Amino acid sequence: MGKFKYTEENEKEFQRIAKKYPKIDAMMLPALWLVQEQEGWVSPDAMVFVADKLGKTPIQVYEFATFYTMFNLKPIGTYHIELCKTLSCMVMGAPELKKFIKDTLGIGPGETSADGKFHFSEVECQGACGGAPMIALNNQYHENMSIEKLEKIIKECK
Amino acid sequence: MAVELVKIVSKNFDIPDSHKLEVALKNGRYESIDKAFSMQPDEITEEVCKSGLRGKGGGGAACGPKWKLMPPIDERPRYLIVNGDESEPGTFKDRQIFQYDPHLLIEGIICSSYAIGAHDAYIYIRGEYKWFIDRLNEAIDEAYEAGIIGEKVMNKYDYRIDITVHRGGGAYICGEKSALIESIEGKRGHPRLKPHGKECEWFYGMPATVNNVETISSVPNIVLNGYESYTKWGTERAPGTMLFAMSGPVKNPGVYELQYGEKMLDVINDIGGGMRDGLKLKAVIPGGASCPILTAEEVEKAQLDYESMWDIGSTLGTGGMMIIPEGTSMVEVAKNLIEFYHHESCGQCTPCREGTGWIDKTIKKILEGNGSDADLDTIIDVCGTMNGKTICVFAPAVKDIIQSIVEKYRHEFVEYFKN
Repeated sequence: MGKFKYTEENEKEFQRIAKKYPKIDAMMLPALWLVQEQEGWVSPDAMVFVADKLGKTPIQVYEFATFYTMFNLKPIGTYHIELCKTLSCMVMGAPELKKFIKDTLGIGPGETSADGKFHFSEVECQGACGGAPMIALNNQYHENMSIEKLEKIIKECK
Repeated sequence: MAVELVKIVSKNFDIPDSHKLEVALKNGRYESIDKAFSMQPDEITEEVCKSGLRGKGGGGAACGPKWKLMPPIDERPRYLIVNGDESEPGTFKDRQIFQYDPHLLIEGIICSSYAIGAHDAYIYIRGEYKWFIDRLNEAIDEAYEAGIIGEKVMNKYDYRIDITVHRGGGAYICGEKSALIESIEGKRGHPRLKPHGKECEWFYGMPATVNNVETISSVPNIVLNGYESYTKWGTERAPGTMLFAMSGPVKNPGVYELQYGEKMLDVINDIGGGMRDGLKLKAVIPGGASCPILTAEEVEKAQLDYESMWDIGSTLGTGGMMIIPEGTSMVEVAKNLIEFYHHESCGQCTPCREGTGWIDKTIKKILEGNGSDADLDTIIDVCGTMNGKTICVFAPAVKDIIQSIVEKYRHEFVEYFKN
C-alpha cells in the first residue's frame, strides 16, 4: 500500500462524482485529475492508490495515465507554461515565443528551470487558433500572445 | 452581395452575462422545452430529420437519421454523449457555446435526450478547456438548482435528466466518437472497429448516441420554430447554419455563424476583414487540419458547404478555416501538421502509427536539405498505404492533408533539395 491518499475533501468529491456513472471504471479520468489537482503530478504511489480504488491493477492505471498527455508523471514546478506549436500559432509567431522562453528562462520544451519554478512544454493545438499565438499558464489560457505580454506574465510569476 | 451573419446558435453570444441562467431565461433559453414535451419523442426526431440538420463535428452526417439508429426503448438504460473534445487544429467553435451560452447546450440536451429516450447525458470536453469546463459546470449547477434538470424537467415533466461533464486528458483521438466512449469507460482512447451495418454507439454495452456540441445546440431552435425555420437557410443539401472559425493573419479572426453555401473568399474578406499587414493569401485549409489544402486560386471557387467542397477536392470538416499567407514555406506547414499527427496517432493501427512517423522523418530529411524526388514519391506512397486501411479516419485525414500539400506545392519541396 502506497503513501498517497486523497484529502478528505477530494475523497468526498471522488464519491460524489462516482455516483454519476454506471460503472466505477469511468472514474479513471476523474480520479487522476483529482490526484493531479492535489499533488501537481501523478506519482507511482498515487497510481497504486487509484488502482485500488477502481479495482484495477497499477499497470492498467499506468498505461492509461501515459496515454493522455496532460498527466504529469514527474513534478513540474510551480508554473507550467504550455506553448501551442500547431499551425495557426506557428503562422502567428509561436517560434519567436519559444525562443524568448529559452532566452529568458533558459529552458527548452520538456525542461524545468533550475529553481524549479517554471516548466515549459511545447504542446499541440489547444483550440485557441483565433487568438493565436497562445500559451496556457497552469491551465489558464492567454491568447494573442506577444513577447511583451509574455515577459510581463513571467515577471509576475517570479 | 455582402455575407450576412445569421444568429441562431450564436443569438445570445453578445449579450452581457449571457452564460448566467437569469440572463439566459430572459433571452429565450428553455422556451423549446414545453413544445418538446408536448410532442412524442418520435415527432421530435422527425422534425430534426426534416430540418436536414447535419453533424457539426466534422463528419457532416445527418443528425435525425443517426438518432433513429437507437433501438426501440426497452428496460435498458440509454445514453446521450455530447462530443466537446474539439481538438482538430483550426477548430475553436464549441468553446464559444461553453463560454457564452452553456444553457443553450443544456436545453439542446434536454430536447435530444427526450427524443432518443436517454436519461443520462455525458459531455466529454478536452482536458485543456479547464476554464470552459468550470463555466459549463456552473451553468449545470444552476440548472439543477432551478429544477430545470434532475428528477423532473422544468419542475413539471416527469422525465429525469442528469448531465455530467467528463474532462478529457489531452488526446486528439478522443474526438473520434468510439475512442471518446472508450475514454469515458476508463480505457485508452482507441477507436473501435465499426460494424458492417449502421447502428448506434454502445456505452458499457448499452445504446448511446454521440453528437457534437454545436449539433445539439442547434436542436432547440428546430423544436421551437419548426424545421422550416432552419431550412430557409443554407443550401438544399446542407440546410441551416454553422459556426465557422477563421484563424491566421486575417484582420478579424474568430467564430462567425453563417448559412451554408457562402463563398469562402467573401467570408474571408467581408467577415474576416481580409488579410492583415498587406499580406497576400497563399492557401487555406478549409475545415480543420484534416481537410485537403486549397490554393489561393481554388479559394476563389470555394463555397462553404459539404457538396461544393467535395466538388473542388476538399471537405468542409468543422468549418475551421486556417489561413496561410504568402511567405510561409509549405514544407514547414507539412512538417508542422505531420508532427501533430505523429504525436496524436493513438498507435493502435500499424499503417497509422508507422506511417505518420515515416512521413514525419522524411519531411524533416527534406527540410535538412537531404531529400530527393524519391522521398516525395515515398511520402505519396506511404499516404496510399495509410488510406482506408485503419480502424478510424485519422490515417485518411493524414493522407488528405499531406498528399494535397505535396502534390500542390511539390516545387517548394524540390527547392529544398535543389538548393
